[in-house]
Amino acid sequence: MQPAFSGVNSFPIPTLYNPSILSYNKKPLICINVVEVVLLALVDKLGSLTLGLLREMGSMLNFLVYAIYKIITRPGKPIHIYKQIHFIGAKSFFVIFLTASFTGMVLGLQGYYTLAKFGSEGMLGAAVALSLVRELGPVLAALMVTGRAGSAITAEIGIMNITEQIDALRTMALEPIKYLVAPKIIGALIAVPLLCAIFDVVGIYGGYLVGVKLLGVNPGAYFHEMEKSVAWKDVYSGFIKSISFGIIISWVCCYKGYHASRGAEGVSRATTSAVVMSSVMILIWDYFLTSVLL
Amino acid sequence: MKTVMGTAINVLRKTTGFKPEKRATQHGPSMIKLENVTKAFDGQVVLDKLNLDITTGKITSIIGPSGEGKSVLLKHMIGLLRPNSGVVVVDGEVISAMRGSVLNQAREKFGMLFQNAALFDSMTVFENVAFPLEEKTRLTKEEIRDRVREALAHVGLKGVDKKYPDMLSGGMKKRVGLARALLLNPKIILFDEPTTGLDPIICRAIHQLIKDTHRRFGYTAVIVSHEIPEIFDISDHVAMLYKGQILEKRTPKEIQRSNHPVVRQFISGSLEGPIRLVT
Repeated sequence: MQPAFSGVNSFPIPTLYNPSILSYNKKPLICINVVEVVLLALVDKLGSLTLGLLREMGSMLNFLVYAIYKIITRPGKPIHIYKQIHFIGAKSFFVIFLTASFTGMVLGLQGYYTLAKFGSEGMLGAAVALSLVRELGPVLAALMVTGRAGSAITAEIGIMNITEQIDALRTMALEPIKYLVAPKIIGALIAVPLLCAIFDVVGIYGGYLVGVKLLGVNPGAYFHEMEKSVAWKDVYSGFIKSISFGIIISWVCCYKGYHASRGAEGVSRATTSAVVMSSVMILIWDYFLTSVLL
Repeated sequence: MKTVMGTAINVLRKTTGFKPEKRATQHGPSMIKLENVTKAFDGQVVLDKLNLDITTGKITSIIGPSGEGKSVLLKHMIGLLRPNSGVVVVDGEVISAMRGSVLNQAREKFGMLFQNAALFDSMTVFENVAFPLEEKTRLTKEEIRDRVREALAHVGLKGVDKKYPDMLSGGMKKRVGLARALLLNPKIILFDEPTTGLDPIICRAIHQLIKDTHRRFGYTAVIVSHEIPEIFDISDHVAMLYKGQILEKRTPKEIQRSNHPVVRQFISGSLEGPIRLVT
């Protein structure tokens, strides 16, 4: 669709392009018009970008609402959902384990030297656990799932789109959103919070390894302070975050794949865009949720 | 359903003056009817007030130069694309005005073989063919297995159940696609260039397969093809699409004797004539 206002073409001062007026040698007028034309082109570009953005946002929201409607009214066969939980969850286990352990270890290291300045190394367990449970666990687990499973989801649906496999589903009178998108959203909704839980536990033990085994913090103090400081609210706010991140990842990645076009390059562009957009949305949404849940 | 259709037809009647034939068309000569169908992409007109009747129970082939919108025409018949104006009537129902579950219901009359077969590449041949049965019927595993083996046998395939589509040749993929399309006994099967990219022997085998299955199941077939003159052997009618319109729709014999310069040039494959490679 053309934007409502299309800049230089529709604005009635095309003096610069009119040779008959140029021949009058009205130089100052031409200079003014150059500025006007450039400004108009800028406004035009800005307008079309804004309209494009609004259209994309509307289309994405529509996609999500329709997928949720399908999930509620006609949930697919459980086997499709199990497959997605396995793909998004079980297959991401190793990368989550690795990331979580090193994050916990770094937190243990950094936390120990910072807390040592105040003579409160015993608080290390609380510091590591709170950082992980409230913030780093949900966010980093979601970012890792985006990189590993989200990109694969976009590429899979994108390739199905450009090779007419989605059209093939339609010709069989089967609803692509129900078969392709709904199971992935449910799968992510279940798998991401579980991965977040694994991230938290592994991270806490990573911090324990460095803090207690390497730097000599008292193990009793490590766990005691943790138990004292971490409240149920910290845990459930982390889970609320990871549930919403699961929706964001599956929604954005499925949408981008579903609308991929123009061959292999289109799919690669869609994949990049899905990963970038999911990651940015996770971070922005994290800020809003944190400010609400605090 | 009937109320929705009635409303849709009334709206169409008022806006376009179109008068769909009564339910009698179900048994009448036209299975698919396109009336003044216009479709443009980004301002470029692909179908221009196109009219076409597809006769029930017959094989109709659509020929025409590449890029003239033959696949677009096919996708209009099954409701994958919606016309900018005009109507598409399938078995007495205006498919171009349908959406959602009503459209899905209408699509149950169709099977479609895509240009590249469009098999689900993450599934084996067996899973591909079984998929519509698993999702749309309540058959047991044994019944599904028997139906799939039977469908694969109809298209001359055995022992490929566990293979993935990327392990198959082009001709085998098309056969699997045809088996999948045939499985639910559709009234209409649309073939989008079923033999493109295949060697002449496989090409003839696929044509023979279409003819045999058509004879056996009696479906209405629409074939988009470039295979001239081979396509004339299996077709009951041939329609020539050029510049967004159907120039002629005749029997293969008649179209081969056509005096229309575009049709004559296309069938003879001559470089001289009204069809220009670079426009």
